Amino acid sequence: MTTSVEKPDTAADAVQPRMPLRPAGAEPAAASATRQPEVTGAIVSSADRRRPLVRRCSASLNTVVLVVLLILGLGPLLWLAKAAVTPTQDTLRLPMSLWPHGLAWSNLSTAWTTMDLGRSLVNTVCIAAGAWFCQIVVATTGGYALSVLRPRYARIVTGAVLSTLLVPSVVLLVPLYLTILNPPGVGHSLINSFWAVWLPAGANAFNVLLVKRFFDNLPREIFEAAEVDGAGPYRLFASIVLPMSRPILGVVSVFAIIAAWKDYLWPMLVLPDPAKQPLSVRLPVLAGSVELGTLLAALMISTIAPVLLFLVVQRLFLRGAGLGGALKG
Amino acid sequence: MKGIMSSLSTPPRKRVGPTSWVRGGGLSNLIFLLPTLVVFGVFSWYPIGRAVVMSLQQTNLVTAAQWVGLDNFRHVLTDPLLLTALRNTGYFALLALIFGYPIPLVLAVLMSEVRRARGLYSALAYLPVVVPPVVAVLLWKFFYDASPTGVFNTVLGWFGIGPYPWLQNESTAMPSLVLEATWAAAGGTVIIYLAALTAIPPELYDAASVDGASIWKKVWHVTLPQLRGVLLLTLILQLIGTSQVFLEPYLFTGGGPSNSTMTILLLIYNYAFGQSLGGDFGAATALSVMLAVVLGVLSAGYFRLTRSWAAS
Repeated sequence: MTTSVEKPDTAADAVQPRMPLRPAGAEPAAASATRQPEVTGAIVSSADRRRPLVRRCSASLNTVVLVVLLILGLGPLLWLAKAAVTPTQDTLRLPMSLWPHGLAWSNLSTAWTTMDLGRSLVNTVCIAAGAWFCQIVVATTGGYALSVLRPRYARIVTGAVLSTLLVPSVVLLVPLYLTILNPPGVGHSLINSFWAVWLPAGANAFNVLLVKRFFDNLPREIFEAAEVDGAGPYRLFASIVLPMSRPILGVVSVFAIIAAWKDYLWPMLVLPDPAKQPLSVRLPVLAGSVELGTLLAALMISTIAPVLLFLVVQRLFLRGAGLGGALKG
Repeated sequence: MKGIMSSLSTPPRKRVGPTSWVRGGGLSNLIFLLPTLVVFGVFSWYPIGRAVVMSLQQTNLVTAAQWVGLDNFRHVLTDPLLLTALRNTGYFALLALIFGYPIPLVLAVLMSEVRRARGLYSALAYLPVVVPPVVAVLLWKFFYDASPTGVFNTVLGWFGIGPYPWLQNESTAMPSLVLEATWAAAGGTVIIYLAALTAIPPELYDAASVDGASIWKKVWHVTLPQLRGVLLLTLILQLIGTSQVFLEPYLFTGGGPSNSTMTILLLIYNYAFGQSLGGDFGAATALSVMLAVVLGVLSAGYFRLTRSWAAS
């Protein structure tokens, strides 16, 4: 392969945390270090560990770190959970005390009904699901075509996809908005349509390169064997490549869903109709017009789903975050 | 049927008729590439080109666009708000570096030495990242309540500190924004560092131990040099991210008090969609293009870095 093809590969490659930092062959040892906690080869060696002063220091340091993480990571969420069922006046007067005048479960039901959270939640789920679907379709078909099928113009397409990584999303804000107002070949504006969020989400170069990179590393013999058995490109895609790519699709899915759940500016611009807006857009609009207890209950309701998702598929999240630095910006 | 691997194994065909093109897999290639080409074409490549064109035009969406040369750039560069926005964005980026750069590193190094239940530590560190940013901002907005009974002021009051005006004051507004942004983002950086720390070859530590290096010496002479690459990477990523900060100033303060949190992206938004200014798409794209050129240089640096590591 010439360098023009290698560029995208190595760029996507280097995003993976292990790649840029280790010499070849070091990986098994590094991997085992994470799995066997008693192994030496950490900053604090076993010899260090035998010294009582070191042991006591490291134990107390661990505790300090744990306490700091509990306060910073869990603290605000626990406070939110408490405040969501606390009468507004208590939260205002004594924000740090524990239920001085009892609980107000009614906050939750008031938030749900008066703020029409159900509809916003359904919108959020719809937007996330559609954005996820678009990203998966584009990333898998594109990755497959660019990595396995490899037509002669694949290099040009790969380069063009890669180059969009260099362009910050802010440049797209206004022209993309105008494109949504008057999309080519559609004939009517996509404003207030979920397609306005779904389709641009599909144009995610990072996904395409991540999946392409993954396909590049699948053993070619499998494709050749399938071809000998008479499988065409569609069959190969559906029965072999897709099932094999489950791990990378998990990472892409988590990214896609969380990004859609978090997004604010873009849905705010293209979905001015309150009936279409997701939670992230609705909440700031309503924040000023409802009672504090109700608002905090609404914030709490909006946080439950992503936090639960995180707790269930934690491993995928953390793996994704490790190689996801390049998504920012 | 030539088969899908034909592009690798057969020499280029000389004359390609439509039938042999389809048989050779040309059609199926195109079908698989179609989603990528359409979605990127309409929602990425076309708008990027259009941004450059629009920065040279005057548009109001009603009458036809007029070519105005560099007028938009001149207008933006002479806007007194630009200097404010530049200064504020730079201030935000600087504070974000001071708060957000060393803390995740220290946390990650300490966490990498935890022997039991390390998953719990990572999960706790990452938890703020999964809180939707809008929820986080609205929650912190209440935490920042300037009265003595505000959440932060209450907690600081236990130690006899404060009360602080937080968002209400020109000099404390920006640090308050950065504090929340750091809380929201630090977990992601910690995980990146942790991944890099586990990738450090253990032999290096063993060798240092054999040579009698103290724990502190190992951190200084093994850990930090080994992290050099990823530290530079997160630095560039953080600069790219913070120079596009929008959510925090928009939702916390709307740019106030007295423009002390007006950032570049907020200015772009105001040019294009703001209540009072609004509709000046030419100025908005001109400023976006200028910002993109600066960020493009940073991104190019990032790509060069990642490429040279992968090569070495």
